[in-house]
Amino acid sequence: MSEFLDSFWATYSTLVLSLGVNALLALSIWLTLSCGLLSLANAAFMGIGAYAAALLTLQVDAPFAVALAGGAALPALVALLIGIPTLRLSGVYLAMATLGFGEVVRVAILNMEITGGPLGLNDIPLKTEWWHVGLALLLVLYVLARLRRSKIGRAFEAIKEDEIAARLMGIDVTASKLLAFTLGGAIAGLAGALNAHFTFFLSPREYGFENAVDILTMAVLGGTSNLAGPVVGAMILTLLPELLRSLKDFRLATNGLILVLVVLFMPKGIVDPLRWRGWQGWRVWCRNK
Amino acid sequence: MLSLSHVSKHFGGLHVLEDVSFEVPTGSIFGLIGPNGAGKTTVFNLITGLLQPSSGSIHFAGNNLAGMPPHRITRRGIARTFQNIRIFREMTLLENVIVGMNPHLSYGVAGLLLNLPGYRRAEARARERAMELLSWMRLDGKADLLADNLSYGDQRKLEFARALATEPKLLLLDEPVAGMNPAEKIELMEEIRNIQARGYSIFLIEHDMRFVMNLCERIAVLNFGRIIADGKPEDIRSNPAVIEAYLGRDEDEGADAEIAA
Repeated sequence: MSEFLDSFWATYSTLVLSLGVNALLALSIWLTLSCGLLSLANAAFMGIGAYAAALLTLQVDAPFAVALAGGAALPALVALLIGIPTLRLSGVYLAMATLGFGEVVRVAILNMEITGGPLGLNDIPLKTEWWHVGLALLLVLYVLARLRRSKIGRAFEAIKEDEIAARLMGIDVTASKLLAFTLGGAIAGLAGALNAHFTFFLSPREYGFENAVDILTMAVLGGTSNLAGPVVGAMILTLLPELLRSLKDFRLATNGLILVLVVLFMPKGIVDPLRWRGWQGWRVWCRNK
Repeated sequence: MLSLSHVSKHFGGLHVLEDVSFEVPTGSIFGLIGPNGAGKTTVFNLITGLLQPSSGSIHFAGNNLAGMPPHRITRRGIARTFQNIRIFREMTLLENVIVGMNPHLSYGVAGLLLNLPGYRRAEARARERAMELLSWMRLDGKADLLADNLSYGDQRKLEFARALATEPKLLLLDEPVAGMNPAEKIELMEEIRNIQARGYSIFLIEHDMRFVMNLCERIAVLNFGRIIADGKPEDIRSNPAVIEAYLGRDEDEGADAEIAA
């Protein structure tokens, strides 16, 4: 049994850890979405976090906990700074501004000496254990669940539904948006920091436009009306390419087709308690007929 | 309580409000009426900080409101409802009302993360108060419904309850009976009287003359961005400038006389 586990872990450890990291990323964008912000900066925040943590480990041999904390803190600080001017934008304009920011980050990493430029960073020691990722995920889920049930979560929701009405309910909209954006940056950075310490190697390519869209897809596919949605979405998007491996050349096409079908038939995401309640209502109706 | 003095608002070359001055007395129901496009909603937007006046000043309970962001004005004690109802449709009635209490819920981050007693007490008190406000509007039986499921009249009442949750001294109502049937209008008039009786001052914008005349103790009339009359309902009713603004000048007088002759 333990032999089986060992060989399973040897083969699939990266995949299992990616599940957790992607769930964190999906939750980071869920947070900004829950405040009505369509921000596509999370891949960049992940990159900043990954590089910050990896450099802390490589250059100053910092303890893992310090590297992780630095990986969460630096993107949060950057989010705070760029959030002040950009968060007055809304909708697609904010999406464009944050995408632009993501490109700036990518090009900056590509041209800086300390980040290794296009060659990236190599030989990052393996430090991330499965329970690090699990603990980080549980912690983030707990904090987000608590926030949701408080005045902060209600303020986010109010802003998402009607910003002007929220403002006239005495909610400081600017501060709330900045909080969601900064906290989202920290979570994405933490995911990046964890990721950096099991992939051995970082390159600026991994934090571009495609990844930004992937992160958004995970959250939207899973459903953004509750916390389980982004986690489920991340699981599916991470596992699907692996499960479809046997299809060889048709793998990516099938992957895309499944996503299109899900979005078509479940526009509010896979985890949608309202629809489930609807199904139950339908069953009751059938029984009574 | 609230006074506007020489307030003007221009959008480029468009002069929406011109030298508007009036005072809303404490404890009464004050009405601002005027034909469509007279600038009534702009007055509310200026008071609540959504727009800034081009000139003039707005004072509330001794403070100048100019330059203050909307959420700070709300926290000083002015709440409003909207002409096109703006409730939070995906939230329950109870949640809608509790959102209005946001600024008054004072617990720290530690309290909410660790579920400390201070946090639990504050949340429990907020729920209790929200239920009380809903019961004032006779909506407490529907507290857990999604707001989207309410009838039009109930949505308006929910908006009242939510505005009251900010603990205002002055309540601004933007065309509260727009789009209501006569029965709903009478019901809403009662609700507004009840709110006033509980010690709130009310300032409403309205269109429906009969409604305003029955409800308000004092009325100002706005036409083309200027105040043309200000006084008791019976004075407004017989004021020739007001009649002209609402019904137009009778230019056919001469013609009528000719036909009669």
